[in-house]
Amino acid sequence: MAVRVQVADFDAGAEIARLRAGDRGVGAVASFVGTVRADNDASQVDAMVLEHYAGMTEAVLSELETAARARFDVRDVLVVHRIGVLVPGDQIVLVVVTSAHRDAAFDACRYLMDFLKTEAPFWKKERTPAGERWVEARASDEAAAGRW
Amino acid sequence: MKDSDGSALATTPRITTVRIVYLARLREALGSSSEALAVVSEAAPAVSDVVATLRGRGGAWARELGAGRAVRFAVNQRLARNDTPVGEGDEVAVFPPVTGG
Repeated sequence: MAVRVQVADFDAGAEIARLRAGDRGVGAVASFVGTVRADNDASQVDAMVLEHYAGMTEAVLSELETAARARFDVRDVLVVHRIGVLVPGDQIVLVVVTSAHRDAAFDACRYLMDFLKTEAPFWKKERTPAGERWVEARASDEAAAGRW
Repeated sequence: MKDSDGSALATTPRITTVRIVYLARLREALGSSSEALAVVSEAAPAVSDVVATLRGRGGAWARELGAGRAVRFAVNQRLARNDTPVGEGDEVAVFPPVTGG
């Protein structure tokens, strides 16, 4: 079990291998990787600056993990989120869930991402050819979390 | 309210000093990352009293924290609502809706 906020990139394969190492009860692994797109809202994106509210971020992610464990029959959970300056193609976030059977892994992975998007205190600022702009929250993200 | 000899008790406003933290777009719009704020209230103070105090400054404060603006709060690093109590020395964070992931 772990949540991490870091500047450094991550290796999803290595993280998955580490998470399921030694647990012979794992029969399913679901993972999600979010990456930086080169365009957003009809504008080119040259870079993205990710900031967070240190302390609260880790607390919120840990609470989400606890909630996911209570709700789904999972064996282990990992959430890694990057901060700092990222460019198109860079990885932003990794969620990995291990479980005995696939439904719990798929569901918990999606649950964690849906609530990470609406509750974890991260903010994105885009650097575009026209200058910097803060990314606005999307109603569709609230709707996604609302389905749970 | 009256005391034992029947005279009216003056309401004594209370002063609660909190630490405000501004994050992301609101930090830039308000030109501040943190400050100590004395909140004057009649009853036990809540987030709404903090917001009223800040709005009372007018200008960007009234505009950015005005009714209808999407502003979120945390008290001591836990998501809070308008009626969440605040106490002496609490950390009250003011920020826009989150956009991580």
